[in-house]
Amino acid sequence: MKGILVQLIYMASAIFFIYGLKLLSHVRTARKGNTLASSAMLVAIVVTLLEIPGFDPLWIFAGILIGGGIGAFAAKKVAMTDMPQMVAIFNGFGGGASALVALSFFWKYGVGAESGTLADNIGVAGTVSAILSIVIGSVTLSGSGIAFAKLQGLMTGNPILFKGQNQLNLLIALGMVAVGGWVGFVATGSTAVMVGALVLTLITLIIGITTVIPIGGADMPVVIALLNSYSGLAACAAGFVVENNLLIIAGSLVGASGLILTNIMCKAMNRSLGNVLFGGFGGETAGAANNRDYNNIKQYGAEDGAMVMDTAESVIIVPGYGLAVAQAQHACKELGDLLEKRGATVKYAIHPVAGRMPGHMNVLLAEADVPYEQLLEMDDINPEFKRTDVVLILGANDVVNPAALDDPASPIYGMPILNVHEARSVMVVKRSLSPGFAGIKNELFDFDNTLMIFGDAKKILQELVSEVRNN
Amino acid sequence: MEALITNPILIGLYILILSIFVGFEVITKVPPTLHTPLMSGANAISGITILAALTCVRTDDPTTAKILGFAAVVFAMINVVGGFLVTDRMLHMFKRK
Repeated sequence: MKGILVQLIYMASAIFFIYGLKLLSHVRTARKGNTLASSAMLVAIVVTLLEIPGFDPLWIFAGILIGGGIGAFAAKKVAMTDMPQMVAIFNGFGGGASALVALSFFWKYGVGAESGTLADNIGVAGTVSAILSIVIGSVTLSGSGIAFAKLQGLMTGNPILFKGQNQLNLLIALGMVAVGGWVGFVATGSTAVMVGALVLTLITLIIGITTVIPIGGADMPVVIALLNSYSGLAACAAGFVVENNLLIIAGSLVGASGLILTNIMCKAMNRSLGNVLFGGFGGETAGAANNRDYNNIKQYGAEDGAMVMDTAESVIIVPGYGLAVAQAQHACKELGDLLEKRGATVKYAIHPVAGRMPGHMNVLLAEADVPYEQLLEMDDINPEFKRTDVVLILGANDVVNPAALDDPASPIYGMPILNVHEARSVMVVKRSLSPGFAGIKNELFDFDNTLMIFGDAKKILQELVSEVRNN
Repeated sequence: MEALITNPILIGLYILILSIFVGFEVITKVPPTLHTPLMSGANAISGITILAALTCVRTDDPTTAKILGFAAVVFAMINVVGGFLVTDRMLHMFKRK
């Protein structure tokens, strides 16, 4: 196929990517948008295969089948509750692929070159792009690996902190710049370029690890969004290496998307990106709050809870990460339906950082067949709490802590919250009084209109369902 | 002047900057309900690096470059296929009343 035709088809693919993302702005059209984007990808891949002179079919088709197979299997098998770590690891593979592309270039034009540096052989811009592609791609790969391990529970979700951490990271980063510059512009001869490229990859993999370990599990929404952005930028850099404009377009779309989500998450926590990345915040049990800090806890059982529910005409359910951990989305929907059948209005209030990734709760509840119109965003639902009989909180904590509104000394002061305390009664289902990610006491639990039901969210919900049914 | 305007790097930079603006415009309109599918869908799109990976596996390439390219194809395909399929699976679940 001739070059100009290929370029025109790439252009069509770019348009479909943009239009596909545009269709994602409505639930009705979103699925079509995704199909459109995936078709554009398929067409681009086929056209590229026809265009490459002398491509090696055995290696290429083996790679496509293996990768595609793994991807399809993972996509089919993953539980909705595990979606954050799934997206994290996919991000990592995308970044890793871009780094590998750049490394392959190093081998072809640097290690395999007769003479001169990489910059002499593929130009300054190509060299800088290749180095950036390795750097961003490797950081994305290893950072996503750590995010995956934290979310999957393979390692502690708490921040891993040590003295001089930021200084060490700075030192490693300086080493990275030095090695990167050397391998692209100074090193000649196959051994030097080979060693340099490997050392550069190794250093950047280490940076990905050391920059993500100090970030707590609850801050993972920000990290995943940021790594999402990186995976796009890595593709962009790879696009400059192979001089393919479609990579640049698609990569920067993803880069922009990730940045927007990062920004939304940070705003919803009233924290700067710097504070999230370097603050050592967000451990599950970081603070000192414990049972003794509370003096007005009213503990109820499911039976008493059901009686409160029974008289309610309006109920708002506030899901949090605890709902995902307990896999309680179906039990939640069952209770909601039951209450609706008995004449109550039931709505769901979704805080932007509820769960472990943006939109996590919406996906879980969608899985349980809760219609999406029933899920309301923070700003839309907040005025309604005043007029609500019962708020049922399922495994959410800091996002309903009134200290964010009235206690300037609180570390979460200024963070926008769901104003659940304004409701007539608040029912909190929680495993224990342990603090949330901010590691602080939740004043809400001491309020006169709050009652606590301790236990696993799924079990309590099932008990509530059977009690309400019997009443 | 002519030489400048046909410089692929310069054209690439133009495209980069304009695409970022397009991305911001399009993506700010995505409602929070769809943020997870947005992320996994965008993620799949970042697998576009597959196109670059494919060009790294030619018969006359040095073996190591080819192996690296092969690994890149595998990684990118996991990203592309997994990302689009899981997004479709999620979006399939979003239902109206």
